Amino acid sequence: MIGGRKMILLLLLVFTVQAASAMVPESIFLRAGAIDAEPATEEQESVPDIGNIIFEHVLDSYEWHLTEWKGKPVAIHLPVILIDRGIHAFNSREILETGSYGRWHIAPEGAPHEGKIVREDGSKPFDISITKNVLQLMINALLLVLIVLLTARWYKRHDALKEHPTGIAALMEPLIMMIHDMARENIGEDDYRRYSPYLLTAFLFILLSNVIGIIPFFPGGANLTGNIACTLVLALFTFFTVNLTGTKHYYKEIFSPDVPGVLKPLMAVIETFSALVKPISLTIRLFANMLAGHIQILCMVSIIFIMAKYGPAMTGGATVITLLFGIFLDVLEILISFIQAYIFTMLSSIYIGMARAKGE
Amino acid sequence: MNLITPDTGLLFWMVLIFGIVFFILAKWGFPAITGMVDKRNEHISESLRLADEAQARMSRLAEEQEKLIAETRQEQGRILKEAAQARAEILAQAKEDAKAQTAEMVSKAREQIENERETALRDIRRQVALLSVDVAEKVLRSKLDSSVEQQKLIDRYVDESRSSS
Repeated sequence: MIGGRKMILLLLLVFTVQAASAMVPESIFLRAGAIDAEPATEEQESVPDIGNIIFEHVLDSYEWHLTEWKGKPVAIHLPVILIDRGIHAFNSREILETGSYGRWHIAPEGAPHEGKIVREDGSKPFDISITKNVLQLMINALLLVLIVLLTARWYKRHDALKEHPTGIAALMEPLIMMIHDMARENIGEDDYRRYSPYLLTAFLFILLSNVIGIIPFFPGGANLTGNIACTLVLALFTFFTVNLTGTKHYYKEIFSPDVPGVLKPLMAVIETFSALVKPISLTIRLFANMLAGHIQILCMVSIIFIMAKYGPAMTGGATVITLLFGIFLDVLEILISFIQAYIFTMLSSIYIGMARAKGE
Repeated sequence: MNLITPDTGLLFWMVLIFGIVFFILAKWGFPAITGMVDKRNEHISESLRLADEAQARMSRLAEEQEKLIAETRQEQGRILKEAAQARAEILAQAKEDAKAQTAEMVSKAREQIENERETALRDIRRQVALLSVDVAEKVLRSKLDSSVEQQKLIDRYVDESRSSS
């Protein structure tokens, strides 16, 4: 299925990257924590609430905060759509300014659905608002469709047998063929063509979303792939693709594995559990990696503002250091964007390959 | 916690939009690209195979040509050798023939000489016989005057010729 050496190399890479990403924020949190604890007595106002700012950035919101202009926030107010005894749609400004609108209000801090629109009794209506992440999702989807269809158009308009790919085709072909070949390798010559479009869509979608998530200003910056709902849906797509198209042999391996009688029920439970855990691991891996990446970069930037109260020398020094670290983290994040997209797709293709096993 | 609870709204939109994107790309996007690239790869490997084949054929041809040249050279050598042999043979034959002819001519000449000598000898013998008869006649004519003496001489000659014959 997959070369052992390649697998080990990949695992090593993943662990190195994860170890590196685990080490960096710890030191930042330690420093930030020490500073947070100190000013509780007198200087409460001058130290911004870094934790909240960071979480505001990585979480979803009803508006897209662009910048501050003359002390006033400049934001795109996105539409709220609620399905609560009929469809209700209104501009999010109306509820964000006052905190409540009609029968709904925004759940206060500490409430079960903190920050979300809830009914008077605190329960959540079916909320399909165009939030920041949904808008980002739409932008990414549009961009992805545009890129791939433009690439496809190149191949329709040119004779690929006589010309080498140019422009967008030259950019996309290596990526697409990398995943296409991976699908062939992991799923098998017989039916990899059926699965390759899904793997390609997933890979390019994750890669694009990861990279756009790093861009810090408007058409990018929303933490889409660092949102568990997004990665959960992707993982569920893989889960259903795997388990709805599995062969008899695959199901036999799960429910009636080839082990002595007594062990059979035990193994069946373990195998079922393992099949169910796979999408969860896919979800968490991508989500946690991308979230951690965002938090790291935000922490780096925040250090400058924390240092501001220690005078210009400290601020200047911290700025230089954090700038260098920030550049390093951004570059690392681009690498992780690619690796995580690749890992998600590779694991998906391996799971599909296992489900398409014919048995000896 | 907000961070790890999947939000239903985003779930809904994600399923919808990702589903649509997947549908569009799976229908009009990727198959066109991968199909074309696969076709190109096939074309390339086919071309490589053809080139390989052509090269193999070329080398086979060259080999054949070499073999042909070698064979021709061998043939040439053989022919030359044969020609030399033939020449030698012809020469030898000619020499032999000449020798035989010479020998024949010599023997013929010798025979002729022999014959001529014989004829000459016979001629001489006849001449000598005639001469001796003439001489004998002359001798006899002078001696046969007395009859006794004559008788004696006749007898002796008769005896002599009897014993000699």
